[in-house]
Amino acid sequence: MLAFIIRRVAQSVVVLLVVGLVAFSLFRFVGDPVENLLGQERTVADIERVRSQLGLDQPFPVQYFKFLKGIVVDGNFGVSYRQGRPVADIIAERAPATLELAFVSALFALVLGISLGVYTAIRRDGWLSNAIMTLSLVGVSLPTFLIGILLIYVFAVELGWLPSFGRGETVKIGGWTTGFLTTSGLKALILPAITLGLYQMTLIMRLVRSEMLEVLRSDYVKFADARGLPSRRIHFRHALKNTLVPVITITGLQLGSIIAFAIITETVFQWPGVGLLFINAIQFVDIPVMATYLMLISVLFVTINLIVDLLYFSIDPRLKADGSAGGGH
Amino acid sequence: MTDHPLLSVKNLTVQFPSRGAMLTAVDDVSFDLARGEVLGLVGESGAGKSMTGAAIIGLIEAPGRITGGSISLEGKRIDNLSSAEMRQVRGRRIGMVFQDPLTSLNPLFTIAEQLVETIRVHLPMSAREARERAIGLLNEVGIPAASQRIDDYPHQFSGGMRQRVVIALALAAEPELVIADEPTTALDVSVQAQIIDVLKKLCSERNASVILITHDMGVIAETADRVAVMYAGRLAEIGPVRSVIKDALHPYTKGLMGSIPSLTSTDDRLVQIPGSMPRLNNIPEGCAFNPRCDQVFARCTKARPELMHSGNREVSCWLYDDAASEATA
Amino acid sequence: MAQQGEDIDCMEMIKRFVDSDLVYKFNRSPVAIIALAVTVLLIGGAVLAPFVTSQNPFDPASLNLMNGFSKPMEPNQFTGDTFIFGADDQGRDVYATILYGMRISLFVGFAAVLFAMVLGVSLGLLSGFIGGRTDVIIMRIADIQLTFPAILVALLIFGIAKGITPPSMRDEIAIWVLIIAIGLSDWVQFARVVRGATLVEKSKEYVQAARLIGRSSFVIMIRHILPNTLSPVLVIATISLALAIIAEATLSFLGVGAPPTQPSLGTLIRIGQGFLFSGEWWILFFPAITLLALALSVNLLGDWLRDALNPKLK
Repeated sequence: MLAFIIRRVAQSVVVLLVVGLVAFSLFRFVGDPVENLLGQERTVADIERVRSQLGLDQPFPVQYFKFLKGIVVDGNFGVSYRQGRPVADIIAERAPATLELAFVSALFALVLGISLGVYTAIRRDGWLSNAIMTLSLVGVSLPTFLIGILLIYVFAVELGWLPSFGRGETVKIGGWTTGFLTTSGLKALILPAITLGLYQMTLIMRLVRSEMLEVLRSDYVKFADARGLPSRRIHFRHALKNTLVPVITITGLQLGSIIAFAIITETVFQWPGVGLLFINAIQFVDIPVMATYLMLISVLFVTINLIVDLLYFSIDPRLKADGSAGGGH
Repeated sequence: MTDHPLLSVKNLTVQFPSRGAMLTAVDDVSFDLARGEVLGLVGESGAGKSMTGAAIIGLIEAPGRITGGSISLEGKRIDNLSSAEMRQVRGRRIGMVFQDPLTSLNPLFTIAEQLVETIRVHLPMSAREARERAIGLLNEVGIPAASQRIDDYPHQFSGGMRQRVVIALALAAEPELVIADEPTTALDVSVQAQIIDVLKKLCSERNASVILITHDMGVIAETADRVAVMYAGRLAEIGPVRSVIKDALHPYTKGLMGSIPSLTSTDDRLVQIPGSMPRLNNIPEGCAFNPRCDQVFARCTKARPELMHSGNREVSCWLYDDAASEATA
Repeated sequence: MAQQGEDIDCMEMIKRFVDSDLVYKFNRSPVAIIALAVTVLLIGGAVLAPFVTSQNPFDPASLNLMNGFSKPMEPNQFTGDTFIFGADDQGRDVYATILYGMRISLFVGFAAVLFAMVLGVSLGLLSGFIGGRTDVIIMRIADIQLTFPAILVALLIFGIAKGITPPSMRDEIAIWVLIIAIGLSDWVQFARVVRGATLVEKSKEYVQAARLIGRSSFVIMIRHILPNTLSPVLVIATISLALAIIAEATLSFLGVGAPPTQPSLGTLIRIGQGFLFSGEWWILFFPAITLLALALSVNLLGDWLRDALNPKLK
């Protein structure tokens, strides 16, 4: 088990180094950083000075190492070309909006996805199950941004119940601005959270359903039935736990991608988060912001992957005994 | 009340729809089982023996269902109970042992959890009492160091040990009848006899009846009091195990006995029955065995023989229609 | 599975068998029939756009600003022209913009899937065939890429492309960047399936035998593996097409895809969203419904194909 964890951590570090390299290459080769910093009025002396300031005259591996050191030790992600402020500050300002949105969406996707998945598996041939399954297929084909627009049209334009953009009023607690504490903040959260969570919810639901159906056909469920255990116990204790083992992996990864999909939702709802920042950075080729976003999201994904693997271990006793079987396909 | 046999199966018919037609998997099967008796149920795969077992414990999988006849436990019908009522019977009054111990146990729960759960569903016991009882059961089925191993997970046991655990689970609430469906088929030859011994010993100590479903006549010969031979969903012959083995009446049973090496000690030639059992959608008119029978005559292809008494046995074969005149031959 | 035959005849037979079986199943699935009908109708409309519309909405000469904001099915109050799906702010026939927009969407979708397929199948073949370090490297890259959602990978590639091309060319090459970005984000599935099939096939005796008699086993691999992977690749390609169409629409909606001069369905929806609050719902509604119908019917077809061919895709 320890060997497995060490191997996974090592893999994660490799992934992060590769991503770091991509990010650094962005800085180094996409656009000219000197030009970006100095603008139009520059002299040859200026260029030389900035080049050595940035260390561009040193060998590539040294530059890369310094770049990584700057990030890890000083939290120095560079300065936004467009806003002229440290990227770290901008991201810190924007992060709470995205994280709150992602959290509520994930909760929504998880709770509803698992319950509907279990329901449609147990009542396999019920009309409600069939209706839910059909709807879910439409849901998978429906692009996120269309769902957002649809919700805006119905609940903001036609009914006028909920705001169509922004975060509403926020409260500042330390460095964190939260929309959880005001009515308008909570109301503003509803539509974006549903938009962002719906797709993941559908995926989780379909996955839970198919796994659950598989488990319900298994011998140990039949044997539990033959022992006269109450059906509620069989469904929610025996079958659900076995269902969740494979579901956890994929669900974990899905939840990670919620942060990435937030880019779309934030654009539709003009939600002032990191995703909107990233899209704007792409449109204006603001390399430091792009690279930082990429690195942060990689750290997040790699961490989630790692947690998912460890969670897997703690749920499935078979993996504790022989680590070699873990993670293998 | 007391003169009711423990189990009485009358004209049991199980059918399932397939491509528009109804296939009959169990066809008009009747037999009684006395308290403490061990009945062997033999036949080729597909002969309907497992389906008969599933019908008795009420676990026929949809779309299959009992379409005729009755099943009574101590004179009370159990084939028409509601699913909640049937759960009181399963495990508590009828226990079941499945074929494959590797898949019969839920891999994510310890042996203790599965045993204690089953005991407490059926018997009014505290968790502590149930655990004591579970350890006792494991000792009885021959798990060494039961009080420590009880907290292990199924994958930590060998196949033979797991089947012992399965037997302990089936007997957890002291059922009066145990249905063992091919309990040794998936096991190593070396442990098969041990498992049968354990099953037999525990049931006889409790005066519980056993229906032992198998295609292994050797096991039946050593274990059962009576044997019922099934062919294409129908009972071919039923009677005391000694008489059936020494002097089979039904031509199919004769063939079956002739094909067992250990029992044909006087003659080293093995007899083979030509042909194979018909598929369920293609059962011949009259006696289902007639195309393969070497004693076939006109009546066999026209009318289906009912079970008829012949000495201490019942047999469904026209050869014994007029038992008095035929038996002297 | 049982196909060990060597010549084309054998392949033909298998193909015919699969085809007839497919046709049989197809005729029994109303969902598949409707999905195919909608797909064919939409693709046909896009291909034949110049013949089934009265104006080219991106030729300024054919537009009349007076037609701006014409409602669907109502004659315009100034010009008397009637547009079944209405007209947008510049007097463009929404029906025509949809058909022309779908051309872009479909072109990008098909081209991206083709790109992903060629890339994925080649890499999968190489990975399975050469094995060793090549295999490890290719599959590790695939694993890493799978960690990230496709849309993020596509966005990143788009961003890089934007950074290294001069601003004047950006609109011109936007479509090609889209194709590469979506294609690169989608090759992994193809590679995995083909690699798996290659590994299975490689260990079979006839390949060993062919090696012994000195035939180039690579040629044999291509002749035997590619047919073997045909049905899973087809299924993945169909599902990928739906995903690619959605990805293209999403990128264009985000403003990083097809430019307004060459609008795809996503661009049209982005434009239409601006009129949502002012009541001109049709400018948004019809492109959105078209995108949904296209994505849904291709998705349903893919789903059905997967069930019908039943390759081990899970």
